[in-house]
Amino acid sequence: MSRYLARRLMQSLVLLVLVSIVGFAVLNLAPGGPLSQFALTPGMSEADLARIAAQMGLDRPLPVQYFEWFSRLFVGDWGNSFRDGRPVLEVIGRHLFATLLLMLSSTVISVGLGTLVGVMGATRRYSLFDYTATVLAMVALSIPTFWFGLVAIYVFALELGWLPAGNMYTIGDRSFVDYVEHLILPSVVLALVNVAIWSRYMRSAMLDVIDQDFVRTARAKGLDRRRVLVHHVMRNALIPMITLAGIQLPTLLSGALVTETVFTWPGMGRLFLDSLGYQDYPVVMGLLMFSAILVLIANLVADILVALADPRVRLE
Amino acid sequence: MSTRRLTVRDLRVGFRTEGGFVEVVHDVSLTLDAGETLAVVGESGSGKSVASLALMRLLPAPPRARITGRAILHHGGEEHDLISLSEARVRRLRGARIAMIFQEPLTSLNPVHRVGAQIVEAIRAHRGVSRGDARRRALELLDLVGIPEPQKRLAAFPHELSGGMRQRVMIAMALALEPDVLIADEPTTALDVTVQAQILELLRALQERTGMAMLFVTHNFGVVAETADRAMVMYSGRVVEEGTVEQVLTRPLMPYTHGLMRSVPRLDHAGRSSEPLGTIEGFVPDPAHLPAGCVFHPRCPHHVPGRCDAGLPELEAAAEGHRLRCKRWREIAEVPA
Amino acid sequence: MTDAFVIATLRPRWWRARALRRFLRHRLAVTGLVLITALTLACIVGPGLLPYDELYIDLRGRFAPPLTGDHYLGTDPLGRDIAARLLMAGRISLLVGFAAMVLSTAIGAVIGIVAGYRGGWIGTGLMRFTDAFLCFPQIFLLLALAAFIKPSAIMITVIIAATSWMEIARIVNAEIRSLRERDFVLAARMSGASHMWIMFRELLPNAAGPIIVAATLTVARAILIEAYISFLGYGIQPPLPSWGNMLNNAQQYLDSAPWLAIVPGIAITLAVTSFNFIGDGLRDALDARSDLK
Repeated sequence: MSRYLARRLMQSLVLLVLVSIVGFAVLNLAPGGPLSQFALTPGMSEADLARIAAQMGLDRPLPVQYFEWFSRLFVGDWGNSFRDGRPVLEVIGRHLFATLLLMLSSTVISVGLGTLVGVMGATRRYSLFDYTATVLAMVALSIPTFWFGLVAIYVFALELGWLPAGNMYTIGDRSFVDYVEHLILPSVVLALVNVAIWSRYMRSAMLDVIDQDFVRTARAKGLDRRRVLVHHVMRNALIPMITLAGIQLPTLLSGALVTETVFTWPGMGRLFLDSLGYQDYPVVMGLLMFSAILVLIANLVADILVALADPRVRLE
Repeated sequence: MSTRRLTVRDLRVGFRTEGGFVEVVHDVSLTLDAGETLAVVGESGSGKSVASLALMRLLPAPPRARITGRAILHHGGEEHDLISLSEARVRRLRGARIAMIFQEPLTSLNPVHRVGAQIVEAIRAHRGVSRGDARRRALELLDLVGIPEPQKRLAAFPHELSGGMRQRVMIAMALALEPDVLIADEPTTALDVTVQAQILELLRALQERTGMAMLFVTHNFGVVAETADRAMVMYSGRVVEEGTVEQVLTRPLMPYTHGLMRSVPRLDHAGRSSEPLGTIEGFVPDPAHLPAGCVFHPRCPHHVPGRCDAGLPELEAAAEGHRLRCKRWREIAEVPA
Repeated sequence: MTDAFVIATLRPRWWRARALRRFLRHRLAVTGLVLITALTLACIVGPGLLPYDELYIDLRGRFAPPLTGDHYLGTDPLGRDIAARLLMAGRISLLVGFAAMVLSTAIGAVIGIVAGYRGGWIGTGLMRFTDAFLCFPQIFLLLALAAFIKPSAIMITVIIAATSWMEIARIVNAEIRSLRERDFVLAARMSGASHMWIMFRELLPNAAGPIIVAATLTVARAILIEAYISFLGYGIQPPLPSWGNMLNNAQQYLDSAPWLAIVPGIAITLAVTSFNFIGDGLRDALDARSDLK
């Protein structure tokens, strides 16, 4: 186990370096590189630009700049926001909770519902239910999240008036119920695609297990249907799902960005778009790197969990 | 007089396929007494495994699979028909009164649960005993099936054990509740020759100890000779010859059995016999398109057109307990092939 | 029928007939094919048949709901005909989606095949690089790039492709790895075929099935992605209409003119669903392991 862990950690570090190279490349891809935002400022002369460039160390060779950038990234000095001068990590930190809350509540919905639909589909293969679930999942995967958000707002907020159309809380209220009310629509909208993905994968993971010899053994032992299903089939089908959860995190983050935009949810996605609008590149780059690192860590955690769930992996 | 354990009458099994309903086991009848071993022999596709899974009711539920006939499990004066019982009641017999071990010890154990837990689970599915008691019983069982350091093995995962050890675990699990009938479906096929012998020896010893009846499914005549009292040869879903091991192995009357026997290399003949190893030409027929008449006739060296391909031969008795399905067995017997 | 025809020409005849039959038996796939064909045709010929030009502004006829006079789908805040805009937008959205698929499939296939065939350090390096790209949420990466470039339709296509080739690279890489040691590759190598020949003439056609499936699903995703970034204002720029940017102002009029939001969304959903259905059917038809009944 410890050898597996050590190897997996090394891989993650290598990946972190590669991720940072991709990030650095994006940063330098901007016309004029990291200077572009100054170039747009009125009254900025060539000489001013050159001075700023020298100040920022942009006159040095790219690899040197990269190492400097990477080491600052490593120690947590991610630069300051152009907008309000605060450290980038602090700015991100203030928006992190809202995004995590949204992702968590929507994951609860999608994992719960997705597992249920996937398991039912696998145990009733080719039934009407299975067929309907398959078609609905594919349609759900095809609906643009932001549009579904708009429709949900139109129906549930504007027409029916059941739920608020956006934001995280009502100014002056902020009670628990108020938070929950604001959370429902964005969570459900964000969950739509993920329910579909989760149910499809759960179904196929179940089908991969359901015909295996050890399931027949479990039945031959005289276990009841429920125990065979939960203890033997689902227990094994769960293992690839842990990996899937890690792999799907970027998709979930992308979805959160879109959902936050539609529902003016004060999370990282919203911050990303606002920062883009203000050309606040340190924050944009910070969010880009932050999300990639988050994904990296999530995949590492998923692999560790898989090792815990599957004794065969531990031995490798 | 010995105690009857299992009576199977007219067992038929069929599956729904893309091309319609196909029957793969036809009219199989057999009896099994306590302490007795019946070997069911045949090539792959002969229906022997399907028949045994049908007895365990481990085939897909109707309409995907259809089982008819009767399979009476005798237990202390009670009679349970395995075919007509509800799923819930079959579940209570399965693993307790009738158990099964499978061909693939490598994949028949759940990879994510410890060996001990899997045995404990089998016990607790039928007996309301505590986890600790079930564990003690599991330890006894591992010891019984000859696993060294059983205490340590209880905590092992299946992939940490060798194939032979895993099959021993499977046997321990099957014997956990001292079943009256044990179905062993090619339990040694996937194992090394030396391990095969050990497992067969173990099964025989356990049978002597518990008096269980065994239905031993195999394609290997060596195994039949070593383990069984009686043998039943199946071809294309039908019983084609049955009798004592002595009768079937030394005086086979049905040309198919004869052919099968000739395709087995015999150690006692090695080196001194110039007789080539026989093979049976052709393949087992597709169950959806069985030949008319005797199903074996297209591959039979003795077949006579107009006779063998018209009308299914009945199972007829050649001697006390020795029955076979061939229209020409008397003529063939006179002129040895 | 073009999709089915493309796959049909890639394998021996017995196989072709079976794959085509399985594809046609897949009702969803056929539904998808019919839908997308109809939608594409409508986008090509439709604008010529409608009474209004997509750019014609009628300030007195603003916010007309659907079925007002000749405005079958109503008008937008400038009084432009939504039906005409929808079909013109469809041309852009479908074209961008398709072109992005071609480009990203090409990038992914080349990276995957080189990594899979060469193996060793180059192969590992390329695939780790692919993994690094996969760590970034696509929309984040896409928007960061889009903010830096001039958002023309071509550039949008390029950056969509630049952020969606990874999955194809992985699929191709896995296929090539499994094919690399097969007899026909060894035979080609012994007969002195060049690496280029082996990679692109021997190996690539054998990986065609999974590539075609992934490519079809990539069209679906590219259409969605284009809609996302255009909706957010970083994609296709007005006055050029796209399904995404038609929705861009819809939110503020959601209460008074919901059809502004509903109509383009349905078009996107239909197009994307069609490609997903087709991809699913192709997977069943091309994948030997699939368990279609």
